[in-house]
Amino acid sequence: MHTKTLAELAAGLKARDFSSRELVQHFLDRIDRHNGTLNAFVTVCRDRALAAAEKADARLAKGEGGALTGLPVAQKDIFCTRDIKTSCGSRMLDNFPAPYDATVVAKLDAAGTALLGKLNMDEFAMGSSNETSYYGPVKNPWNTGCVPGGSSGGSAAAVAAGLTPAATGTDTGGSIRQPAAFCGITGLKPTYGRVSRWGMIAFASSLDQGGPMARSAEDCALLLGAMAGFDRRDSTSVDEPVPDYRAALENSLEGVKIGLPVEFFADLDSRMAAVLDAAMAEYRRLGAVFEEISLPNIGLSVPAYYVIAPSECSSNLARYDGVRYGYRCENPKDLEDLYMRTRGEGFGAEVKRRILIGTYALSAGYYDAYYLKAQKIRRLIAEDFKRAFRQVDVILGPTTPTPAFGIGEKTGDPLSMYLSDIYTIAVNLAGLPGISIPAGFIDGKPVGLQLIGGYFAEARLLNVAHRFQQVTEWHRKIPEEFA
Amino acid sequence: MEWEPVIGLEIHVQLKTKSKIFSGASTAYGAPPNTQACAIDLGMPGVLPVLNEAAVRMAVKFGLAVEAEITPRSVFARKNYFYPDLPKGYQISQYELPVVGKGHLMIHLDGREKRIGITRAHLEEDAGKSLHEDFQGMTGIDLNRAGTPLLEIVSEPDLRSPQEAVAYMKKLHQLVVYLGICDGNMQEGSFRCDANVSVRPKGEEAFGTRAEIKNVNSFRFVERAIGYEIERQIELLESGGAVVQETRLYDADKDETRPMRTKEEANDYRYFPDPDLLPLVISGEFIEQVRRELPELPEAKYHRFLDQYGLKPYDAEVLTASQALADYFEEVVKRSGCDAKLCANWVMVELSGALNKAGLDITQSPVSAANLAGLLKRIADDTISGKIAKQVFELIWESGKDADTLIEEKGLKQITDSGEIEKIIDQVIADNPKQLEQYLGGKDKLFGFFVGQVMKATGGKANPQQVNQLLKAKLEARR
Repeated sequence: MHTKTLAELAAGLKARDFSSRELVQHFLDRIDRHNGTLNAFVTVCRDRALAAAEKADARLAKGEGGALTGLPVAQKDIFCTRDIKTSCGSRMLDNFPAPYDATVVAKLDAAGTALLGKLNMDEFAMGSSNETSYYGPVKNPWNTGCVPGGSSGGSAAAVAAGLTPAATGTDTGGSIRQPAAFCGITGLKPTYGRVSRWGMIAFASSLDQGGPMARSAEDCALLLGAMAGFDRRDSTSVDEPVPDYRAALENSLEGVKIGLPVEFFADLDSRMAAVLDAAMAEYRRLGAVFEEISLPNIGLSVPAYYVIAPSECSSNLARYDGVRYGYRCENPKDLEDLYMRTRGEGFGAEVKRRILIGTYALSAGYYDAYYLKAQKIRRLIAEDFKRAFRQVDVILGPTTPTPAFGIGEKTGDPLSMYLSDIYTIAVNLAGLPGISIPAGFIDGKPVGLQLIGGYFAEARLLNVAHRFQQVTEWHRKIPEEFA
Repeated sequence: MEWEPVIGLEIHVQLKTKSKIFSGASTAYGAPPNTQACAIDLGMPGVLPVLNEAAVRMAVKFGLAVEAEITPRSVFARKNYFYPDLPKGYQISQYELPVVGKGHLMIHLDGREKRIGITRAHLEEDAGKSLHEDFQGMTGIDLNRAGTPLLEIVSEPDLRSPQEAVAYMKKLHQLVVYLGICDGNMQEGSFRCDANVSVRPKGEEAFGTRAEIKNVNSFRFVERAIGYEIERQIELLESGGAVVQETRLYDADKDETRPMRTKEEANDYRYFPDPDLLPLVISGEFIEQVRRELPELPEAKYHRFLDQYGLKPYDAEVLTASQALADYFEEVVKRSGCDAKLCANWVMVELSGALNKAGLDITQSPVSAANLAGLLKRIADDTISGKIAKQVFELIWESGKDADTLIEEKGLKQITDSGEIEKIIDQVIADNPKQLEQYLGGKDKLFGFFVGQVMKATGGKANPQQVNQLLKAKLEARR
């Protein structure tokens, strides 16, 4: 069951090949067996999952239920789950059972899914390797000496290893797409505002966006349909109808124009380029046409991002002060001591680094030079994409500069870590949707291909990804150890 | 040297919305601690603010009332600082682009009018309260107030005396209560004032260094705190010292201001636009809709009272102090059909005096406008004298009955039958031969004695004019 896609499992449930209870139990068993190796789950919600499965079975027996009824899913531990620990990968929230459900959690619950548990992640989603988690690094199922990517590393590893058929992730600078690429799965970062951020613990509010992570584009379409939609509790969510993402999956790619940004290919590693070339050949066979485009300001995206994201994070994380919930230092001697030690002990090094960067960037005298300038760059980058999308339907490029790197390889060098998101960050700055799909392997490690669409063009992205997956097998590969 | 004070006020007006500015929790005052704070007010992980439209409507209402520009696209910003009663570690406020731009307010003082500029007014959320008592060396936090909508109204430094400052503050208080956007309750902190005070040699253009007096919550204390601060600064400057720019607190018990104990380093609030909230876009249509909801404003009402009722400026000022009082007065005029000045007198002297004594508000008056009007009608048609009317007024106050019923019940109707009055006069003259003799002998002052006796004999009910007239005739006839 764990090698099947969500869509296949849904068909199996409908056909009564197995019950939801059996399905959930199967994945719970797999978690028991493999989580020790992978460290993908922070919390397993056994009873809750089984209870949801039984409820789903009852509905399915009556011929009721929707496309997702009875299917197991897992939530990145950044989404608040009522009465279940919601740690955000941090010591700060290690003792924090959320008092309410995130909209994404509530929607997937309402769709009849069974929550298997909460997934490991970089602390407060700050990291590209899952090594900043308070709960320790997640291992890449394809090579347990390698990182799964981050920050949604637990999500990507769990799906790749068949510990859950589907997971949620969040993407602030590539946190869905990069781990999806590293672990050989499909991950979609929707348009900013497409999925509600209510209950999704904020890292950088203007960039954060939740999205689905699963084996296939079809699975992502299924999940996004349930996750997306306007939410009056999130002022930045957009009141735009949610289409049936599966309806357009089969559309022909005949004549579809795919843009290739010169900037994405200029310095690309030759083996990565070879994987992309092969994928482009598939697309040509599907009828797509390629056009070279330019995104002239894209080179500024990493510096702009590392001003905007830390600035917002420095303010978003101010609430973790030991006063009302979460970690509190022992025996504070006064208020300042409470603040200093609570935050000093509760946060890890990467979170502190970004809070410091952001605090600096927003300070009087630096605000104009950093924050305002970064916002200007952001607008320029969005303009670049707008121009490109007048020319082409989607943009294609690598998701990452290299396949997964080794655990510990980049922890001593934050800058080289930051640069691993060089192809994904601009998409967040512009607020566009992007998807990473498996496109090949290098040294036994998966390589991701990134597709970027215009605002609210998720259906088109999923269509372009799905057609590729119909003629390739990359997304069906499973690491031997977890087969 | 002659010094001139320069004063500007920042007034925090708590808006009378049902729920908080960014959450659905209630804003009602006085609930047990932390029972009116939802996940959003507590700054829980993952929560997001959603702007309360009612607060925007109230801010726009205020803006229109002070003839200010309404900013078509204003921005919410985060003011970052750590404090235990500030749950998110930042306050959502407006910084560079406030919802209300430049406007003005007219004040009246000693018969002069003065236009006071309003620099801006912006929406923001209130913080919680730190409770330093009752916790034995610890501090309690009550977050019921966290997220309560505030409109911070900043004046230009146009005020030149403590009296002007208070006049402005009163005028603003009157306005926000009129507009129905604030309950005006100063004890509960619904209307709080910070005063920026500096002095400069008279004639000088440049401002002196200012001190900010924080959180003064009554008109009286504002006047005293500013007065004290002006004296302090003048003394300091005249003795060769310099004013330090600082925040000071007013101690009402000692009647002085003292520097607030703060950390040496200056606060850097690291303002930036709140990414959780979209810019606040206000359409012309919305503004027009709010404009149509505006009541007659106090200033316009004041001028109308002068014109329509021919009142004196002081009377018009008093009667338009609150919407309720103005409405009461107008109803009395309308129902009684009496001269407006008579009505004004009764409302301002008899009624207000009685209300003051009883500690009541006009809205709690035991004498309804209809009953007061009924009473005034009987004065106007000579059914009762002004003196008896005061008696009837007291009876209405006590019983709630109308004037006609009481006049009837107590037999207080004025005696206007000249035959009856003449009979009583004859009797009084007959009973006081000695006084009559003295009067006829040239002691004119005794006329009053006879009037008194007649009134006494009628229980005060005789028409005084008639008594005067008839008595005069009767006495003269004896000469």
